[in-house]
Amino acid sequence: MIDYIDKIKQISKQILTDCRVDMVIGFRQGTVPMMNEPCFAKTVDDVDAFVWDSHCGINLANYLTGRKEKIGIIAKGCDTRNIVTHIIENKIDRDRLYIIGVPCRGMVDRRKVNALCDSIYEVTEQGDTVKVTGENLDRQLARADLLQENCTTCVHPNPVIYDELVADEVEVHTDVDRWADVKKIEAMGSDEKWSYFDDLLKECIRCYACRNACPLCYCPTCFVDESKPQWMGKGQDETDVRTFHFLRAYHCAGRCTDCGACARACPVGIDMRVFTRKLEKDCFDLYGWEAGLTLDVRPPLDTYQADDPEEFIK
Amino acid sequence: MAHMGVESERIHLSWVSSAESTKFVRVAKEVTEAVRALGPNRRFVKSQGPDRSLNDEKAA
Repeated sequence: MIDYIDKIKQISKQILTDCRVDMVIGFRQGTVPMMNEPCFAKTVDDVDAFVWDSHCGINLANYLTGRKEKIGIIAKGCDTRNIVTHIIENKIDRDRLYIIGVPCRGMVDRRKVNALCDSIYEVTEQGDTVKVTGENLDRQLARADLLQENCTTCVHPNPVIYDELVADEVEVHTDVDRWADVKKIEAMGSDEKWSYFDDLLKECIRCYACRNACPLCYCPTCFVDESKPQWMGKGQDETDVRTFHFLRAYHCAGRCTDCGACARACPVGIDMRVFTRKLEKDCFDLYGWEAGLTLDVRPPLDTYQADDPEEFIK
Repeated sequence: MAHMGVESERIHLSWVSSAESTKFVRVAKEVTEAVRALGPNRRFVKSQGPDRSLNDEKAA
């Protein structure tokens, strides 16, 4: 993946020079290892700060909401699906965008690397290996073993919408059980499910980082911040915590692309994707729907069809 | 809700027109019977904080 960077810089500089865009949104090196941060390049010189490696997991579509400029954006498969969703939901015009598509081989889960030792000094990569240097640690690891959970089952690594691709499309997994994680929970009894989610959410501090990192969460006032009416308690009460996660997931039903930005942003390491995953699977099973694959079809929760499934109505 | 561990027998959804009185009666009976069989709900019930324990002590 690191070999993409020259092409990314070249295209970015070109579109800025040609004034096709006012800025290009990409990534630059973060202040700590594995934490690349978004970078808004407005001049050709700014582009030199761009990086591309396995730590570009943030979903850049999140920075497009309501923008009025002409924007170049560097987008992975999941990012482009969120861009499609943004266009469908009138959050950005297609005409304003120049999408630089990046075929994605998956992003590294920094928690898996951080688990190796107390402090990581440097993480570099070469092809399929990742070299980790840290306190009393100097190891080469297979990139495939360090991927984020959502990347291991991703079936849309290639951009679905783009103006230019930085490389040839990558091979798509066909031998994965996409829904193994959801099925595992579905197979539990209700007591087991309840305690599973209790356990999952017990560390939640209600910082809303998951919401803020999500490109789907763009309401001017989120339901959790409303005070008139106040929909739910704002404290650490476990019912409120659960209500927040449960409703946040519902707001993403039929829209979530499982980019993993929420879980990635969580400071206490909760994988709240288990909520959105269930809804993603339901949308797939009931309506054959996967979010953000096309501009031409309205999402299932947006339309009515006479043959919509209704077995749940008694 | 069921995926999160609320008993599925507790969750009901129906569509009843104001002209369908018999259906309303049937659905109401089904819901109450199913929920009564499960007993009181303990999930998604917000705790009342320290006040409740005080009340419990008083009651004891």
